[in-house]
Amino acid sequence: MNAPIPQKLLLSGNEAVAEAALDCGVTLGTGYPGTPSTDILEHFAKIGGKAQWAPNEKVAMEVGLGVAFSKSRSLVTMKHVGVNVAADPLFTSAYTGVDGGMVIITADDPGMASSQNEQDNRRYAVAAGIPMLEPSNSQEAYEFTFKAFEISEKWNIPVFLRMTTRICHALTGVEKSVSIAPPAKPGYEKNIQSRVMIPAFARPAHVKLRQKLADIEVFNDDSDLNTVTGTDSSFGIITSGVTFMHCREAMPDAKILKIGMCYPLPIQSIREFAKSVDRCMVIEEGDPYLVEAIRAAGISVEGKAEMFRFGELNVKKVRKIIDGDTTEPPAIPRGKAPELCAGCPHQTSFNVLNKLGCIVAGDIGCYTLGVLPPYSGMDTCICMGASIGIGLGLRHSLPREQAIKVVSVIGDGTFAHSGMTGLMEMMYNRPEYGHLVIILDNGTTAMTGMQESPTTGRALDHSNAPQISLEGLVKACGVEYLDVIDPYYDQDRYEELIKERLASEKTAVIIARRQCVISNKKIKAYEKEQDSGCQEGGCDHE
Amino acid sequence: MSKPINIVFAGLGGHGVIKASDIFAQVAFQAGKDVKKSEVHGMSQRGGSVSSDVRIGENIQSPMIPDGESDFLIVLSEDQIPNNKHRLKEGGVLITSEVLTGKLKVKKSLNVALLGCLSSYLDIDEEIWLSEIKKSFPENMYDKNVESFTIGKTVAQETQTA
Ligand code: SF4
Repeated sequence: MNAPIPQKLLLSGNEAVAEAALDCGVTLGTGYPGTPSTDILEHFAKIGGKAQWAPNEKVAMEVGLGVAFSKSRSLVTMKHVGVNVAADPLFTSAYTGVDGGMVIITADDPGMASSQNEQDNRRYAVAAGIPMLEPSNSQEAYEFTFKAFEISEKWNIPVFLRMTTRICHALTGVEKSVSIAPPAKPGYEKNIQSRVMIPAFARPAHVKLRQKLADIEVFNDDSDLNTVTGTDSSFGIITSGVTFMHCREAMPDAKILKIGMCYPLPIQSIREFAKSVDRCMVIEEGDPYLVEAIRAAGISVEGKAEMFRFGELNVKKVRKIIDGDTTEPPAIPRGKAPELCAGCPHQTSFNVLNKLGCIVAGDIGCYTLGVLPPYSGMDTCICMGASIGIGLGLRHSLPREQAIKVVSVIGDGTFAHSGMTGLMEMMYNRPEYGHLVIILDNGTTAMTGMQESPTTGRALDHSNAPQISLEGLVKACGVEYLDVIDPYYDQDRYEELIKERLASEKTAVIIARRQCVISNKKIKAYEKEQDSGCQEGGCDHE
Repeated sequence: MSKPINIVFAGLGGHGVIKASDIFAQVAFQAGKDVKKSEVHGMSQRGGSVSSDVRIGENIQSPMIPDGESDFLIVLSEDQIPNNKHRLKEGGVLITSEVLTGKLKVKKSLNVALLGCLSSYLDIDEEIWLSEIKKSFPENMYDKNVESFTIGKTVAQETQTA
């Protein structure tokens, strides 16, 4: 591979990762859409990489692992909560290890701009025993992707690259200044003891994993992933990720240890740094992960007040942390909340469900906005696919007059992600008074920016792909009633249908099918491109 | 080291806030400045409040502009002023669509006209602005966009000398 030509580009962290993946010769990028990670794979596809959406993060993780078992390089992308879905293969992949390079992007959302929680996935690195790198700008997002592949291949272990909203979606300058040896030739080598995790093989694999992690810690201590900058040793800061930038701005001269690889931690370097300054404070976004680990190693450091665990950090908050100022900031007027678009096909569903006094177990998508006035048509929302299980639990336990009002509402993409198993549960452990599931089929994954899924009939790059039939899946489960209706044009019939199906006390699925108004134009354009044989296409954000 | 120039773009989802800040970030980058830009994607774009921070200068650190430290606040819809005013520093410049009322022929190009306004305060060649605008929209909109940009620039120059 030729050395890349240095040229300065203005890139988002997500674009930088995609560029790096291409320059590293990644064979396959796979993942599941979720803000703030979605545009990594979209950009990767746009610049010529092979990228695909999996039905969910668990499948993506498994496909990525299979690629890396063949000595090839794989990139697997997801948002922070996606790692929960992928956790099962993730934990054991640390035991099996990989033959090629495998880099997993976890895009965390501190402040919950577009998520249901603000879990800090640095905890996953520790729990699973997967090394984790954390870039602080797009330049590092580019370079650390290379480093992550190097570490992955040197120790035959998957590696996490942890991004956050302000890394993923911040534009900063990037120079393509690094290179990597080309990937090995793909080929399968039998290695049953390492890859078949029956207890007899998994026990030694766990011991081996801990040895690898100990070695990687030594490597990390000697590496250039962690840097010390600044001259004023009267006050030292230990930090990582974008928080480094806030700290540097708040304290231009302070000595700062920026941790680039946050698991396994470079404890020796941290110990030396703490000794080199008069006062040493750990400033980190989210959970007190660094401060706990550093204190557990017997190093005395100051930490932030509990109130700064919540939300994103910024320069002002960093100043307050340093000053020990825990006063609440002045309240600022709230902006306008998002809402369902005018003409959105979901509107009628929530109007009707609200009118009928239903108890609505909801799910994740644009339609979650159905919880807000004027619809106020949702009672629960937990995670992808949860609507069906939660609805069933309510049906099993509520008195009859309430149970027969419970409805599960789930989008087409979310149904493909993790709704199918809920449907099997509905038939296998049928509640006494039946159940009603409404699949809101708007033909796209609208909330994350119009991505494709197995039921849209188009691949990640919007080219034609086999379309999996929702009706077929529902029928295969043996659901007693299946109806397909346009919720917008057939509003009156839709309301009657919901009433009838609830009253039947049988198992029923209604597919409320109508294209998202925003995606409509785009889809027509994709179809035209297909007809004219042109495969170019991309997605913008507004 | 000189301080960065901070610009907040604000408005409602779907009105071209992100597009305007994208264009401006590229303009400043092409003009040889260090640039950082950040915003939040996702739910906020279903018609909700959207804002985007762009910082330009020599060596920018945080991609987020601290509240009360913005030099310019560019607002694409008037109702978004109350929830964004606190971003502006004392003496900072508020640029709103109000100054352009009745002057624009193509309402859709409001974001470009506001970039025109902003350009009158910054020392960046007009050529760079126009070439980035050209790259960012379909060919056939270019002439109209140049017109809107120029209107914005002229209006802002008049208010500065008035
Ligand atoms: S993007 Fe589509 S699905 Fe989402 S709110 Fe708008 S019309 Fe509805």
